[in-house]
Amino acid sequence: MDLMKEKNKFRVFSLIIIVIGIIMILVKGFNYGIDFTGGTIIEMNLGKYIEADELREVLDEYDEDASIVYGGENKENLIIKSTLDLSNDEITDIISIYSDKYEVEGDYYKSEKFEPLMGSEIKKKALLSTGIAIIGMLIYITIRFELNFGISAIIALVHDILIMISFYAIFRIPVNSSFIAAILTILGYSINDTIVIFDRIRENLKLYQKDNKGDIVNRSIKQSLRRTINTSITTLLAVVVIYIFGVEAVRILALPLLVGIVSGTYSSIFIASPLWAELAERNGN
Amino acid sequence: MKARNSIIILVIIAILAGSIFVALNGLEFGGKRIPTLKESINLGLDLAGGVYVVLEADTDAKGEDLKKLMEQTRTIISERVDSLGVSEPNIAIEGDNRIRVELAGIENPQEAVDLIGKTAQLQFIDSDGEIILTGKNVVGSDVKFQERGTGQRDVVVSLEFDKDGRDKFAEVTGRLINEKDIEKRVIYIVLDGEIISYPSVEHVDKGGKAITDGQAVITGGFDIESATNLANLIRAGALPADMIERTTSVIGPTLGLEAFEKSIFAAGIGLLLIFIFMIGVYKILGIVASVSMLIYILLVLTTMSVLGVVLTLPGIAGLILSIGMAVDANVLIFERIREEVQVGKTLRTSIESGFKRALTSVIDSNFTTFIAGAVLYYYGVGPVKGFGVTLIIGIIASMITSVLITKYLLRLVVSFSDGSNTKIYGA
Repeated sequence: MDLMKEKNKFRVFSLIIIVIGIIMILVKGFNYGIDFTGGTIIEMNLGKYIEADELREVLDEYDEDASIVYGGENKENLIIKSTLDLSNDEITDIISIYSDKYEVEGDYYKSEKFEPLMGSEIKKKALLSTGIAIIGMLIYITIRFELNFGISAIIALVHDILIMISFYAIFRIPVNSSFIAAILTILGYSINDTIVIFDRIRENLKLYQKDNKGDIVNRSIKQSLRRTINTSITTLLAVVVIYIFGVEAVRILALPLLVGIVSGTYSSIFIASPLWAELAERNGN
Repeated sequence: MKARNSIIILVIIAILAGSIFVALNGLEFGGKRIPTLKESINLGLDLAGGVYVVLEADTDAKGEDLKKLMEQTRTIISERVDSLGVSEPNIAIEGDNRIRVELAGIENPQEAVDLIGKTAQLQFIDSDGEIILTGKNVVGSDVKFQERGTGQRDVVVSLEFDKDGRDKFAEVTGRLINEKDIEKRVIYIVLDGEIISYPSVEHVDKGGKAITDGQAVITGGFDIESATNLANLIRAGALPADMIERTTSVIGPTLGLEAFEKSIFAAGIGLLLIFIFMIGVYKILGIVASVSMLIYILLVLTTMSVLGVVLTLPGIAGLILSIGMAVDANVLIFERIREEVQVGKTLRTSIESGFKRALTSVIDSNFTTFIAGAVLYYYGVGPVKGFGVTLIIGIIASMITSVLITKYLLRLVVSFSDGSNTKIYGA
């Protein structure tokens, strides 16, 4: 397959996803987690499924608008989300009322409280750290390779981040503090993948100095394809297993990582490499 | 040569098996005990259970002043937490004006938050509303028992003033004993704006004297617990600013344990699948990769326990991801070896040149990921930081194992081959 001929198709494909994502963000906004909007989360293992109506009898006294979500195989895990800033005493009350009522043994509970302010702080930090990471990587790639590689790799990275953000928006995945961990991990993974292909291109540039850049890209991708696929499979294996067997907090992280790994692999081959060829042909080496 | 290498391989396998055994079961000899890895790694609150609160200072201070104020606040909070008897509390300044307090094994968050965040402004005020003394003048405070005339014993909190306080207290009490009106002789003891005790000074005609020894007590219907808390608060001093509770999180210990065990289980399954895949694709090379992955994991976990890195749930996710990336380094190397074999080189030369050619991409790709991990660690907050640390440790360990250990093992293994059957090397 000649990547250089097909490159626009891939760009359009990515663009469509990103545009849908942006439209979703503009129309419906993100599904912000409690740690961004402020509020209270209580998690309990009741040992058995209890109907929401029954649970509400107690809960309504504290917050009529609190949402009840179930988790676990038999819906025995109860997750209460309230946008109110419940006091610690109220939280302790709710937990002990349910514990007594449903004879919960052990301490199967967890509660979290967030001020909305933390959300905007986290957002600021996230943007800042992504920016710094990108600049740091651009500098490193420019030193080890050259600027054209750096620019292409960073554009592929921004592509992956946009795809992930679109994924969050389209499927209404809660955006919370693990969102940042997910984005930054993919930042690391995607650049890793791109660099391996670029390393091959760098090597082939020396070996086939007369070839045009498009041929070098095609050759390099073909040569490193087995590695690209095998690495994606092993990393995906690890993440899929976390998604299947992990607890809620880790699963929230695993799903976007899955998307990010696929996107990172895709962008290294279909976005970053053709882009580099174009830039290199235009700007010279 | 072959005999020597067989022995080396057996020794390596024995050491590895021994290390894994010790890591899982611990070891006892001569009265000393090496704890299991599970015991020696610090678990985050999300795994061990506990309380964490993030408090924000309500202050206009900026720059150096703010820094000083936060340091002071942290010291005072540490002292208060110590009085709670929590083992290994974690108290850290976060950002410019926030403090994160992590307490393992506490079950009532309100109690902890109340004690930690109390400003504990202690004031002595006379009937004109004039502040005579503040908590700053107090050098000591303790729980004491005071006998009443009826023989009943009250729990009281004793106070000892510094020199300034002693002089001021002597002066004020000396003045008050001459006041005719009993209302005028009252000294209000106010804690955080609340009157907790209002003793009056005895009139001079009834034998009242100025208190010149700098000793006083607060009475006010204390029980031993509340008196101890108050004495602790006073001893630790007042916080320099009001602390606003920003985030509070409570994780029941059982839920934490469940999360930990589930994550360990997931990690085990993930590893097993990766091993099966690697051996399926790369045959003997895959076995070598699996062995060096085991070494890699021991290395990462031991480093974490030695450095005292706290393992959190996102940290485990970071760890599993770094395993995926460590495998990548091996895949890169094996694919290069395979290419070399296909050009017609011998197995032995292929291994040497394959390693050499894969090295630049292993280093460059890992280093760029390392940059992301470092930024995550440096600018991240709380759990995100933990994710960064594990990623960094993971990347460094991955470089060491893939470049040094895999290579060494491969050289050993290949010494048994006459180089004719490259298929069993996945090449």
